[in-house]
Amino acid sequence: MMNQLTRDPISVESLMMAVQSPERGGTCVFLGTVRNDGRVTGIEYSAYNEMALAEMTRMLDEARARWPEARVAMQHRLGLIPVGEASIAIAAAAPHRDEAFAACRYVIEEVKQRLPIWKKELYADGTATWVDPSGKTVAGGLRDR
Amino acid sequence: MMAQVTVRFFARYAELAGCDTAAVAVPATATVSDVLDRVRESVPGARSLPPRPLTALNLRQVKLDARVKDGDEVALLPPLSGG
Repeated sequence: MMNQLTRDPISVESLMMAVQSPERGGTCVFLGTVRNDGRVTGIEYSAYNEMALAEMTRMLDEARARWPEARVAMQHRLGLIPVGEASIAIAAAAPHRDEAFAACRYVIEEVKQRLPIWKKELYADGTATWVDPSGKTVAGGLRDR
Repeated sequence: MMAQVTVRFFARYAELAGCDTAAVAVPATATVSDVLDRVRESVPGARSLPPRPLTALNLRQVKLDARVKDGDEVALLPPLSGG
């Protein structure tokens, strides 16, 4: 079993290998990558590691209960991630594409709601901002946390 | 009989609090909300936390009225932005 939280670049190949098998004819992969919003040079991700791992296990168990024939694996990267590189990857394989898409979609939506992970956008001028998905940003975040 | 609870701060809340963890003692019948009140008294930076932050108790999200017991871990979570 691979580490679900990693500080290294995510290997999509290993994630796919963890879920694929000859009887699963559909594999769906979701990749979330650091977006270039103009002046963002990278994003620093931090986590409540123990709870993030516990939530990931619960989400994958829930997906398994809803789509028993599907296999899902996921990895979230932490630390400084440059623009264009993946922060999260989810691979779902199932006998048919419907379950693969559904299970993959379920897990990424639960990640957004439940995973205790935070991102801080780093800008070219040396400043940084905590990201609040509700739309508010907080200026002046310390860069080195 | 008091309950010893560990409180953990993350991301922006750790910056506001000026620390990552705090230990507080609350009555055995206390809730997460009572723990928050104690934290605001004992950690000066924690006074600038929002009134009703997202909280977790022993690695699960809970509401502020969840009961705590001795040895529990309460975490104060800024708005989540994983993925």
